[in-house]
Amino acid sequence: MAERAAKTLVIRGGRVVDGEAGAAPRRADVAIEGGAIVAVGEGLSVPAGARVLDAGGCVVGPGLVDLHAHLRQPGAEEAETVESASRAAALGGYTAVVAMPNTEPAIDSAEMVRAVLGLGRAAPCEVAVAGAITVGRAGERLAPMAELAALGVVLFTDDGRGVQDGALLRRALDYARGLGVTLAEHCEDEAIAAGGVMHEGEWSGRLGLPGAPAAAEEAMLGRDLALVRATGAPMHFLHLSTAGSVELVRRAKRDGLPVTAEVTPHHLVLDDAEVAAYDPVFRVNPPLRTRADMAALWEGLADGTIDAVATDHAPHPPEAKDQPFDQAPPGMLGLETALAVVAGALAGAEKDGDGTLGPVAGRLSLPGLWWDMSVAPAAIARLGPLDLRPGGHSAQGGPVAPGAAANLCVFDPAASWTVDPGALASRSANTPYRGRTLVGRVRHTVLRGEPVVVDAAAQG
Amino acid sequence: MAGIAEVLGVAEAFAEVERRAIPKVPTLRGKVIATLFFEESTRTRLSFETAAKRLSADVLSLAVATSAVKKGESLRDTVETVEALGIDALIIRHASSGAPLQVARWAKRARVVNAGDGWHEHPTQALVDCFTIRQVIAERTGVDPASLGVSCFAGLRILLVGDIAHSRVARSAVLAYAALGAEVTVVGPSSLLPPGIERWAVRVGTDLDAELARADVVSLLRLQSERGSGEFVPTLREYTARFGLTAARAERLAPHTIVTHPGPMVRGVEIASDVAELPNSVITRQVTNGVAVRMATLFLLLGAEGSAELAAGRG
Repeated sequence: MAERAAKTLVIRGGRVVDGEAGAAPRRADVAIEGGAIVAVGEGLSVPAGARVLDAGGCVVGPGLVDLHAHLRQPGAEEAETVESASRAAALGGYTAVVAMPNTEPAIDSAEMVRAVLGLGRAAPCEVAVAGAITVGRAGERLAPMAELAALGVVLFTDDGRGVQDGALLRRALDYARGLGVTLAEHCEDEAIAAGGVMHEGEWSGRLGLPGAPAAAEEAMLGRDLALVRATGAPMHFLHLSTAGSVELVRRAKRDGLPVTAEVTPHHLVLDDAEVAAYDPVFRVNPPLRTRADMAALWEGLADGTIDAVATDHAPHPPEAKDQPFDQAPPGMLGLETALAVVAGALAGAEKDGDGTLGPVAGRLSLPGLWWDMSVAPAAIARLGPLDLRPGGHSAQGGPVAPGAAANLCVFDPAASWTVDPGALASRSANTPYRGRTLVGRVRHTVLRGEPVVVDAAAQG
Repeated sequence: MAGIAEVLGVAEAFAEVERRAIPKVPTLRGKVIATLFFEESTRTRLSFETAAKRLSADVLSLAVATSAVKKGESLRDTVETVEALGIDALIIRHASSGAPLQVARWAKRARVVNAGDGWHEHPTQALVDCFTIRQVIAERTGVDPASLGVSCFAGLRILLVGDIAHSRVARSAVLAYAALGAEVTVVGPSSLLPPGIERWAVRVGTDLDAELARADVVSLLRLQSERGSGEFVPTLREYTARFGLTAARAERLAPHTIVTHPGPMVRGVEIASDVAELPNSVITRQVTNGVAVRMATLFLLLGAEGSAELAAGRG
């Protein structure tokens, strides 16, 4: 009995968001044994010798799932490794991340999938892998998708680039349909983007920087939706950033097309005016857009057009970012700050009636946001409870109920902290929130019943 | 911060120095000024270096083509290395918009002067144009430029013609002219107008002939074919027909209209070969005045309480 109690973990005093859509948080403790939740209820008794994590003032929910993280290994270990990124993920409340395939070499073979999954096995966060659509992400011929699918890969993307050749993408969709996997597109028509390094608009005009118009994203999204209609194959759209994109996906969903979409925290809270001082930390692709686009993205999240919030965590070392704006590589960190940034913006909007989020305040709540950051992405990546696949994947995305896997995030919505790039777990420091005070912080993260983050500190 | 009026005033004093038999003053003796030109330029670099020498400063000229930059040294490392030599001012030309502002953030003590960055700004060129316009107006009215101040710009109708989108001269000129109260109009192919220009302090005209008839100053901008502007118009011939200052258009200009061009000119494209020699063309004066204005810039930054902000461009 004592032996069993020693393995018990109790998360005490929090309010539970259990992964049910629209359910309000309810006061409950969560007891965990052997990697699974064994009890959820108010005032649970704590067995002698059990470990207790204080969740007073916190929201307790299913661990977050990131559909879009660049772990940089192999090929750019100076920027990030699977180990450093998963520590960053755990500190951000994530219990699973999907590693993007734009490594060097690209994840376009069974060998590469096995290598990255192997690196992730001991990580403080579950690491799933997305495969490339085309060999070397070169956009010329299809990667051996069936070989990757056999290892459990369900998302395929050339992310960092869209598939420019429409005929090739059409073949990829036809082929993917037969495998039961989903293509995920980075929508950017490179001919229209014409090398733009920021959003084309008033700011690019003033700053004399080449702009990538919203049309570059929307033109490819429109093409892809037509191909989804033609082939019936499902598609996921990565990091949508424009009001026009939201409207295109809204219409596609109304028509019943099998599509899902994600938005990043930075596209929700930062606009193109951030580029005014030419700080390359604000160079990202797709670029930061306008306040009107931000408002449309929030609206898309609130009405379900956009299914998930995904980080597009993209580390770059200082020597890469310390360059003229147009020469620095695009990308920003996201894993450690995502929930605080988005939940904080939402809470701020409820209080202050911010112009951008004003209309969604009240319709999008923290439990709704949690759905978008855990349950929905787990379903899209098929890491959820109904999608247990070979290879040791645990169930992500809830529910917080007896019998479910104990992958949990404990978030203190009132804790405020100032972002110090040097203090982040990432090997890189390119956070756009440097020096900003965020309200809301992940207090504990539990992976398969093990506390991997306690009191905002990584364990082990 | 030194305002435009102050720069023009100091430049007027240095223009007087230039007319002396030995056009040199000891003002910046002991100061070290480096020019870092990461993009080809003849007249701007020579203009700055001449200005620095006339102020008795020591001048280091980094020839990017033979420097460590070619071996892959980053801009930041180059700046830190050059600064370690004890440089007081860095004059930087770079193909990337915003690079001088970044350099100003990296520099520990050196002042940074923007000698042209990408499509963004070329502040000293705009100051040269202001100086030249005022000089011509002063001569015509017989008023001393100093007593004219900047009042001569109020309501002055200035027309910028050509590739606005890729022109750093245009961005700086619009900011300067608008600050001085001039009425600025731009005319160019709509494919060469920057996004959001409707929010700039300018009127956007469509008919060059109508605008030429009412302009007090016509500033021709170079069609920047090396930056790919050629793709934005079908042919140079069509561009010249619609937006070039042809001999026929030059003949219809009002007698008082001043014609400027920041150089280098592409004769036969934005300006007819013989138009550059128009009595109202101030193109060679712009080159001459460049030295006095850049002397003023360097003096205000290094010889007096100045501000890096003015020269490094807008934040």
